[in-house]
Amino acid sequence: MITKMTITNIHVLNQDSAYDFYVNKLGFKVVDDIPMGPDSRWLTVSPPGQPDLQIVLFPVKVSKMFPKETAETLISLIKQGVFGCGVLTCSDIYATYEELKAKGVEFIKPPTKEFYGTEAFFKDDSGNYFSLQPINNFSHENSI
Amino acid sequence: MGTKQLPHIAQSPAQAEEYPKVYLYRRIVQAKLYIDANYAEEIDLDNISDEAYFSKFHFIRLFKSIYGKTPHQYLQATRIDAAQQLLRQNKSVAEACFSVGFQSLTSFSGLFKKLTGETPSAFLLRHKSVREQIRATPLSFIPGCYAHRLGLHENSNFEE
Repeated sequence: MITKMTITNIHVLNQDSAYDFYVNKLGFKVVDDIPMGPDSRWLTVSPPGQPDLQIVLFPVKVSKMFPKETAETLISLIKQGVFGCGVLTCSDIYATYEELKAKGVEFIKPPTKEFYGTEAFFKDDSGNYFSLQPINNFSHENSI
Repeated sequence: MGTKQLPHIAQSPAQAEEYPKVYLYRRIVQAKLYIDANYAEEIDLDNISDEAYFSKFHFIRLFKSIYGKTPHQYLQATRIDAAQQLLRQNKSVAEACFSVGFQSLTSFSGLFKKLTGETPSAFLLRHKSVREQIRATPLSFIPGCYAHRLGLHENSNFEE
């Protein structure tokens, strides 16, 4: 029986820049930052309220795993903003929006009231996008 | 807080009414960012509420409703968080304590234990041991599927 997700990954273009974005801007906690030779670094972070989920900030570069053509295609798609990486929840969406904006995070859409609740969208430093929603969007007290 | 000003969040007139009470949010967020940037200094929270143009009690109530902690609790938690970072980098307990704005080792250690469940010295020792394990067997910290995809198993420098 599967019980939970423990590790997942986000493909990033540059690990140093991703570190700055996820740790210094979003406030994620570093779990592992282990040098693995000249060009490799094992970098994982967790959302502040979810220490048991590790997100690998996985660099896309030409390697055994990503042949040149694959790496170029993937980099191009990430830059175009094709990949959504999930929904991040916060206690107060307006305060979180103001804080992230003040830190230079690029919002695709400001907090907007939808039929299911309030939602905003922002991009990471590579081009991946996230939905930002307040935690009370997910309390289904009134649903069947 | 002296003559320091709160960080200014730019706002144009067109943005001013994006959502209700936007001006309140901006002032509270400015105060939070001020604490984030200056936790290591001697911060007078009364001055922060003055700078944010609130009465002290209104400010504390709004801050707590947004962040789940009073400004004082948030400042203390931010300091302990920063101390944990320093201890992870193998700084001494005393250095961590005084670098993040505490004046007394006793109150630092007590609060550290209250918030994290272990003493600063136990935390320091535990992370020292983890660092040694990482140095000795780095691949044991990386799930095999990722190490394989990264080709790390082929590099004998990182094998035991």
